[in-house]
Amino acid sequence: MKKGPKDIELSSRTVSRRALIVGAAQLAIAGGLGWRLQSMQVEQADQFRLLAEENRINIRLLPPARGLIFDRNGIPLAENEQNYRVVIVREEAGDVDEVLNRLVQVVPLAPEVIARAKEEMLRRSPFVPVIIADRLSWQDVAAINVNAPALPGITAEVGLSRLYPYGADVGHVVGYVGPVSDYDLSRIDDKDPLLQIPKFQIGKTGVENKLESMLRGSAGTKRIEVNALGRVMRELDRQEGEPGKDVQLGLDERLQSYAQARMDGESAGAVVIDLETGDLRAVASAPSFDPNLFVRGISVKDWTDLNENKYRPLAAKAVQGTYPPGSTFKMVTALAALEAGVIGPEETVYCPGYTTVSGTRFHCWKSGGHGNINFHESLKQSCDCYYYEICQRVGIDKMAEMARILGLSTRYDLPLSAVAEGLAPDKAWKRDVRGETWRVGDTVNASIGQGYVLASPMQLAVMTARIATGRYVTPRLIKSINGVEQPTGLGDVLPINENWLRRTRQSMEAVVNHPRGTARRALIVAAGMEMAGKTGTSQVRRITAEERARGVTRNEDLPWERRDHALFVSYAPVENPRYAVAVVVEHGGGGSTAAAPIARDIMLQALYDGTPPLDAYPSADRNRIEEQQKRIAERISKINRGSAPA
Amino acid sequence: MSYLTNNAKYVPTGIRKLIYLNWPVIALICAVSAAGFLMLYSVAGGSASPWMEPQVKRFALGMVLMIGVGMVPIWFWRNMAGLAFGVSVILLLAVEFFGSVGMGAQRWIDLGFIRLQPSELTKITLVMFLAAYYDWLPTNKTSHPLWVALPVVIIVFPTALVLGQPDLGTALLLLFGGATVMFIAGVHWAYFATVFAVGVGTIFAVMQSRGTAWQLLKDYQYRRIDTFLDPANDPLGAGYHITQAKIALGSGGVTGRGYMQGTQSSLDFLPEKHTDFIFTTLAEEFGFIGAVGLLTLYMLIIVFCVASAMTNKDRFSALLTMGIAMTFFLFFAVNIAMVTGLAPVVGVPLPLVSYGGSAMLVLLVAFGLVQSAHVHKPR
Repeated sequence: MKKGPKDIELSSRTVSRRALIVGAAQLAIAGGLGWRLQSMQVEQADQFRLLAEENRINIRLLPPARGLIFDRNGIPLAENEQNYRVVIVREEAGDVDEVLNRLVQVVPLAPEVIARAKEEMLRRSPFVPVIIADRLSWQDVAAINVNAPALPGITAEVGLSRLYPYGADVGHVVGYVGPVSDYDLSRIDDKDPLLQIPKFQIGKTGVENKLESMLRGSAGTKRIEVNALGRVMRELDRQEGEPGKDVQLGLDERLQSYAQARMDGESAGAVVIDLETGDLRAVASAPSFDPNLFVRGISVKDWTDLNENKYRPLAAKAVQGTYPPGSTFKMVTALAALEAGVIGPEETVYCPGYTTVSGTRFHCWKSGGHGNINFHESLKQSCDCYYYEICQRVGIDKMAEMARILGLSTRYDLPLSAVAEGLAPDKAWKRDVRGETWRVGDTVNASIGQGYVLASPMQLAVMTARIATGRYVTPRLIKSINGVEQPTGLGDVLPINENWLRRTRQSMEAVVNHPRGTARRALIVAAGMEMAGKTGTSQVRRITAEERARGVTRNEDLPWERRDHALFVSYAPVENPRYAVAVVVEHGGGGSTAAAPIARDIMLQALYDGTPPLDAYPSADRNRIEEQQKRIAERISKINRGSAPA
Repeated sequence: MSYLTNNAKYVPTGIRKLIYLNWPVIALICAVSAAGFLMLYSVAGGSASPWMEPQVKRFALGMVLMIGVGMVPIWFWRNMAGLAFGVSVILLLAVEFFGSVGMGAQRWIDLGFIRLQPSELTKITLVMFLAAYYDWLPTNKTSHPLWVALPVVIIVFPTALVLGQPDLGTALLLLFGGATVMFIAGVHWAYFATVFAVGVGTIFAVMQSRGTAWQLLKDYQYRRIDTFLDPANDPLGAGYHITQAKIALGSGGVTGRGYMQGTQSSLDFLPEKHTDFIFTTLAEEFGFIGAVGLLTLYMLIIVFCVASAMTNKDRFSALLTMGIAMTFFLFFAVNIAMVTGLAPVVGVPLPLVSYGGSAMLVLLVAFGLVQSAHVHKPR
């Protein structure tokens, strides 16, 4: 479009005029901004400087109270106790060395405690509070507060710390908490700001570790105003976090403590399963350790003691330890054979005291032999030759299948640190894992629970529970979370002919109650409380021909670590069974002498829900039992007092 | 054929153009940028990395681009205006479409040495295009409703795209930058008065309807408006930062705490201390004198641009210079109003000072256009 010179002149005048207006408006706005700066930086400068110097607003995290752990009767197994501690903020302290010197004069603290705090401070930002020491007495707290003006940057705080009132009795199950470490942080992908709090306590083992996400809860925040010295002037507002969930275990603390005390002095594991719910009423491993030692920070000496003890106190033998099940495995072999129809229940096998398979001689425990023996007698007297024979007829694969049906060779999904899988070997396993072909001799060894077969005390208890009930019983550790009941462990009926199961139970009943049963000395005489069971003695190593020739067959002649493991599995009462108990005593000798009496005592304790009357025991045992009950009661009260805080 | 092309013979040519550059503006830009380098060095705790060094490099590149653009005749840029605007709108649509589908939440295009935000580019091309439009349009048609509606559409379309990103700060800049060009071109007062009245009326109606039967927005939308207007409602979020920014700024006093002595900014109280909130550090360390000094430098740039526009008889040159000056003004005015608590936090950087390559390069190229207008004005 064409424009004339006049038009251009006109538009240019408009542009100039309006540009001037816009320029003026911009100057006016800039003037406004200048005035605003003047009012803030000149007129109100003192106020703002005061705010900047004296009142800084900090946001602090409020750690939630950790969820508690109870036993089935509401007895607390893990609680939070109030704990006074002294905290320093480097940037507020100024001269850290001088302030710490003054602190030591007020509260006696070891030089290494101070050194550790200094080291910690160097690793953290200057404004992060670092704990110098905790578990202070009220007097120390008072002394710090009185001397506060001389101790800038130092405050006494009250916090919660974990306490296990029953200490070692539940150490393996409940586990313990400890300060979160760099290793923990690198291993877990967790954005929870709580983990950034120095020395924040997280579960390290056991239930504390496995249920960490439920027990921990979530953080709250509070905004506080602090002055130039870091002293908290006032709390502006706070958002409460969510406390951790409370967990109730199916464990019975009194039974657990009894089992621990009963196995004192042995290296052993015992498990009690409730047959109605699958609840683990007791999961005892002896010796144990006090989880409180770890919460407070274990000393080098205590740590060395725990590690160098040949009884391995840190191992949870009840669930983690695996042992050749010995003769307790005979039920598996027999049920596999009966179910496969390769032997009738009344059919007899001749036992001359040994069996020769492919040139190797396998001995029965009774050197003279049992003669002609049927299923019932073979289990009652624990004849080995009977099983050497029937296992060859049924084959290892069917035995392994039966073992798995009865709950062996299975890793149970329990919130415990190490739950062993055990092993029911079969041909495929040996080929895949060991690269060797299966031999008949392996089957013969497995038939009496030796060789490759491995099971934990808990798995043996599950096996017994399944035989006793004829159902898939699965162990349950967590009874409820925040009051919400968890599903029980009682499952479907086992795919085993009830007739064979009944005969097996009758034979197990005879093991304890018949005069010629191997566990006769674990007899319960109280009416309606009779127990059924099976002994087991598993060789840790072969007795060499040379040793046999020298006559070294007695356990007492061998050093402790070469003696046999003693095992006993049981359930009671015979009519309407309620509990299954499995006991393994490492290198304890014979199952009937070392393990069966322990199982009987624990079983009676469970059946009577407390100390059983003496007349539940055979009259010959009563004096000895009375002594024993007194000793254990003393021990329990001493332990529980000993680990409780002063 | 505009006035300028007819009078091209009066325009300097060749190397002589350098003499005719608007040297005071160049000096002022250097001064402001130098203040930016000082502050970036300070907020990094006395270190050239990670912010000052890349900023200096981009500034050097930007200065070369600025003079380069300034040497090119202004009529070339006028002829390019339509193309430049078209390209930036296509890029805006591209990031709008591909940005959300193909590249995640990406709002920029990677040119290798720099990530270019199309919205950044649009701030300049919109002003260019509107200036060219009014240069083409006969003056007597400027206030004709049809010829007013067209530039309104040209402004609203990219503004809506940017607002949807969402980038409220850039949307405001586009809207006011465009409106300024329309105003200076001579669009009748009545249009602006009407828009202003309708706008105020709408806001009044929306706020008045709250809590009544004919409430115009949902409750949660009102709550968001509340937080936006008064961040103190959200004490742990935006309000916390604004409070800290005001404390830092106010505590600077008249003379400031001294270079690198700012306590508030050295603690991590301030968010975005190297970008949108860098003015608070400057105000804390150099005080009222430093803050007003920077404001004066900014205003001198505006004054020189306005003077250049007023003395320029070429319509395109004058409109373009004023549009760019207005955009630049909005940048620093909104930013300073934001950190002093006068305006809501909308995310506008302090021009030439805040860390950020794309914004700085685009601004320097824009000043290149101002230089070109200045060099090639009819004398």
